Amino acid sequence: MSITAEQAAGLAAKSRSGVTEVEAYGNKLGLWSMWVAFAALALGLPMGLFQAAERSGFFPGIENTAVYFASTSTHGVLLAFVLTTFFAMGWGHHTLAHVLKKKPFFGWTSFWVALTGTVIAAVPLLTGYASVLYTFYPPEMGHPAFYLGATLLVVGSWFWVADMIIGMTQWRKENPGKPVPLVAFMHVMTALLWGWTSMGVASEAVFQLLPMAFGISATIDPGLARTLFSWTLHAIVYFWLMPAYIAMYMIVSKEAGGKLFSDEFARIAFVMLFIFSVPIGFHHLYVDPMQAAGWKLLHMFGTIMVAVPTFLTGFTVLASMEIAGRLRGGKGLFGWIGALDWGNPLVLAGGLSLLMLTAGGWGGVLNAAYTWDVMVHNTQWITGHFHLIFGGTTVIMYLAAAYWLWPRITGNALFSRKLAVTQLWLYFIGMVTLTAPWHVLGLVGQPRRVSSTPYDAFPELVASWSVYEALMIVGGVILVISGFMFIYNLLMTHFNKVPAADTKVEYAVAIHEPMRVPNILNSLSFWNWAMLAYMIVSYGYPILQFAFIGTPGSIRWGT
Amino acid sequence: MATIHIDPLEKRWIWMVGGMVVIFYAVQIYYAAVHNLHPPSNVEVIDSAKLHLSEEFAEDKLGVKQEADGSYTVTMVAARYGFYPQEISVPANTPIKLRIASFDVLHGVHVPFSNMNTMVVPGYVSEVHTQFVKEGDFPMICNEYCGLGHDYMYSKLHVTGAKS
Repeated sequence: MSITAEQAAGLAAKSRSGVTEVEAYGNKLGLWSMWVAFAALALGLPMGLFQAAERSGFFPGIENTAVYFASTSTHGVLLAFVLTTFFAMGWGHHTLAHVLKKKPFFGWTSFWVALTGTVIAAVPLLTGYASVLYTFYPPEMGHPAFYLGATLLVVGSWFWVADMIIGMTQWRKENPGKPVPLVAFMHVMTALLWGWTSMGVASEAVFQLLPMAFGISATIDPGLARTLFSWTLHAIVYFWLMPAYIAMYMIVSKEAGGKLFSDEFARIAFVMLFIFSVPIGFHHLYVDPMQAAGWKLLHMFGTIMVAVPTFLTGFTVLASMEIAGRLRGGKGLFGWIGALDWGNPLVLAGGLSLLMLTAGGWGGVLNAAYTWDVMVHNTQWITGHFHLIFGGTTVIMYLAAAYWLWPRITGNALFSRKLAVTQLWLYFIGMVTLTAPWHVLGLVGQPRRVSSTPYDAFPELVASWSVYEALMIVGGVILVISGFMFIYNLLMTHFNKVPAADTKVEYAVAIHEPMRVPNILNSLSFWNWAMLAYMIVSYGYPILQFAFIGTPGSIRWGT
Repeated sequence: MATIHIDPLEKRWIWMVGGMVVIFYAVQIYYAAVHNLHPPSNVEVIDSAKLHLSEEFAEDKLGVKQEADGSYTVTMVAARYGFYPQEISVPANTPIKLRIASFDVLHGVHVPFSNMNTMVVPGYVSEVHTQFVKEGDFPMICNEYCGLGHDYMYSKLHVTGAKS
């Protein structure tokens, strides 16, 4: 392998022994991005507990509708936008520096723009001037600063998307014909997905929300706004989930003590996640009046297709873990499971995450069917579902990835492996205790997005919900405790005086490490064109129709 | 052109996943084609600010109407913070068409334990075709955040025994 001038300069300027300048840059940027992410988690978790308690009606002293909706709006923005975006940016930049050996072109620019946006949005959110929940809800309008801040957060993330694409393009030019290292390919696909995904909400903000918030336009078409938001609303979930899948493929397989079952299959799963997760947002509009049934059917078929890469991921990760279990002496059909090292936080998190993915994934397949969706749309079933898949499956892998990355970034040993294992078990138990009754509440008719249930004409129905609400509070308490154990462990690692035994950033390698892969699994241009074509088919007419169906505009309303 | 390595186990798994997807598609197509189950999707616009002046949604036109073929049409307005009229009565096991328009912001309607569920988007008329199979009293709950009084937004639905 040839060494470029930049790498040579980097080698000369080691800040920690064995760490190049580029790697040090990736470490610092990655560390601070991910600290912002986990600060959002630490703030957001207690808000969730407050909401479960406030809504139950068990504690009259804390009941306050205005505070509830301000809290829900902030909880949603912190966990769904801030935690996820900063985690993906941090680990992505870190991978760019460590795996592709590229210094990010924009780097800190993305961090500061996104952080500035977050702070600008936080002020109206926390003071109750933007209680429009995280899906925005025009024609109700919050304070202009909220939309401005949220837009800046997205714009900041676009610098990161550009960084990832530039980094991979440079690497491919310098390494013609070689497969882009799998972990880098996955991060770049995640960034590319976010680029395409965020265009929907960005258009809503730029063409509809900001003009109205600043008084430039007097009316808004909420049908168009909802259609544009749906463009973002499903794929954003995959933007959250893909880093969790990367942790399963690339870290769990290695920590379990085995090899990745297949490199190519993982690439296929990631390009499928990319292409199938964006043009299918209409399953959020199944019961909306402004889109026709045929488009909903088309998007439903696409929605079911996105289960395929998840099935592939489950297969490859489980097969890789089975190899590890058998290498460790596990015998028989299931003996390999017991042979795995469940005291390793990464292995444990991988196993627990896959359990939650299995339950939540089947729930998702149900939700994809509109015949089922009409019975649960906007009920607590939906909130239960996405907390299981996002809060559970996804975030537990963020936590585990942090346990793995922190010693490698800071050079300090993980403060307590035992505490990490206890924390992960508590997180799993808390999440199951929270989400199982939450699903049931939806089936027995409780709507989501309410701060109380004063349906006084139906006392029996309301009384039947109490037991599930009590269980949810128990789950929330466990999750908050687990969350603070995580933050404590991470802080103590950050300031740990004991150096880490292993600081090498080495990800899992496949049994058959490919020397070459087809260009289609190694480049972005084909997938960009495919996405453009699929988006024109699935969103072209449904968006264009608003130009000629003549919807009378809606005036703005406060909350 | 490089080829990719696919394990025989992976091939078998691809067939299984493909088979599952085909089953999911078949179930949906069957219910759409044979049982005529479709999501509410009529793409019909209306001026939300002028509902009180419209033919269909003026205050004295709202409520339950029996059609010549024995089916029922229910016309309702959703407005902060109620559905009007606030109490309606329809027979069980009878085709019902609900037409609902919003006077102001986004709302939604759900009748628990049924597939009566639709968003009510200002500027559009929502139309749902359904039959209520269970007799009894049910809340029609606003299931979309519509402002700080949203919790209190519901009305009553009486599903009565089949008509004589």
